[in-house]
Amino acid sequence: MSKVVAELKYSAEHEWVAADGSGPAGIGISAVAADALGDIVYVDLPEVGSTVTAGETCGEVESTKSVSDLYAPVTGEVVEINDDVVSDPALINSDPYGAGWLFKVAVTEEGPLMSAEEYASKNGGEL
Amino acid sequence: MSENYTALYEQHKKAGASFTDFGGWQMPLKYESELAEHHAVRNAAGLFDLSHMGEVWVTGPDAAAFLDYALAGKLSAVAVGKAKYSLICQEDGGIIDDLISYRRGEDKYLVVPNAGNAAVVAAALAERAVSGKEGGFDVTVEDVSAETSLIAVQGPNAEAILLTLVPAEQHVLVTELKYYAAVEVRITVNGTDHDLLLARTGYTGEDGFEIYVPNEDAAGLWEALLETGAGHGLIPAGLACRDSLRLEAGMPLYGNELSREGNPYAAGLGPVVSLAKESDFIGKVALSELKAAGAGSTTGRKLVGLKGPGRRAGRGHYPVLKDGNVVGEVTSGQPSPTLGYPVAMAYVDIEFTEPGTALDIDLRGKAEPFEVVALPFYKRQK
Repeated sequence: MSKVVAELKYSAEHEWVAADGSGPAGIGISAVAADALGDIVYVDLPEVGSTVTAGETCGEVESTKSVSDLYAPVTGEVVEINDDVVSDPALINSDPYGAGWLFKVAVTEEGPLMSAEEYASKNGGEL
Repeated sequence: MSENYTALYEQHKKAGASFTDFGGWQMPLKYESELAEHHAVRNAAGLFDLSHMGEVWVTGPDAAAFLDYALAGKLSAVAVGKAKYSLICQEDGGIIDDLISYRRGEDKYLVVPNAGNAAVVAAALAERAVSGKEGGFDVTVEDVSAETSLIAVQGPNAEAILLTLVPAEQHVLVTELKYYAAVEVRITVNGTDHDLLLARTGYTGEDGFEIYVPNEDAAGLWEALLETGAGHGLIPAGLACRDSLRLEAGMPLYGNELSREGNPYAAGLGPVVSLAKESDFIGKVALSELKAAGAGSTTGRKLVGLKGPGRRAGRGHYPVLKDGNVVGEVTSGQPSPTLGYPVAMAYVDIEFTEPGTALDIDLRGKAEPFEVVALPFYKRQK
């Protein structure tokens, strides 16, 4: 069963948010979503300096089988993107909560987010 | 939609498969990584559960004549022991299904339709047996799909793996078995002998075998193949890699490239239709007219291969563009794991089907360049 990390918050669209309030929030997609997508071969991320809006699409993730939109789980300015994951999207499958992170946002407002427990119980993940 | 489970469902669950609905069946989509499974089939071997496919026996004195009437190909010309890829068409030439027929005797054929079409094909055959001639054809049509499992071993190591389960005196039956031929061989599972129908056919573009086995013996055979195959790099392989493998090999998938609305000529399957056979057959008039009108050669749309230089792939139903105008539609597409670039099959207006023609695929609002190429994308080294 796909792993859900307890310290993170999650959106209904399967993005995780790492925010402790001290700096930009890290954002990625959950192992549940990565497993469902299959082997990821392409990722399109928002540009550094652009503003993303919670609940709106800000990129896409393409696997061998399908394409999914990436939804911003928070509102704010993108301050950094993970260049490694752009050149090697398989990192999202192998380490979705670590090396497979996608981008960081200086958050002005969070969208509706779930706790790890709530996300896991809704999506069949394992804490 | 009805939920059917193959006799190997528990094996798949145990192996950690994710499942998908396909043709009304819960089938393994992948076990761990569909890319790893794809590469295993190209470089070593993969084990597939294809028990969702249909199996329909057509037997009786009129079997050959009946299939000549019911299908688009000339099945009477198939030698006993050989198989033939064919189509079952409507009167208007539309494709009801593509299928493989194995001639198992003078008066005996095993017809294998796709999962989602098995019941429709069995019913159409039964109906055509009655309505096809005065008094009906002297044949029996028996749908044994529900009690028959189908296991495929595909990849360059398939033969070596098979041989480990076949007694030495029958090895020659396996090693001499030609592509698109089938033979009964003795396969030993846990000390018990089973005489099973072994076919050298597949849907991956690699060498490989398909084994027809009664449901009650399927799990034992599956486990035995996994165990003996492990040393040859065999891993279980799901429908996701089956789709990427067949796409690279340029093989059509019913529902994507083939449909009742399409026709064999546009799909590049003109040679499968035997207009020359002496007997009448269902669809003959319409197919003759389509061919005479130049379907797929001078008029209409034709199925082509497309390849792109980027990383983003065209997917089913994406528009194909020439100078911003829609000139076609993608039927299947994805990044090719073997070739490393995106490939697609698409129906395209006939004037844009020459290999080398530059076209675009509308990838969710952005036109990405692709080029028409000859099919298949991938051909194995022999």
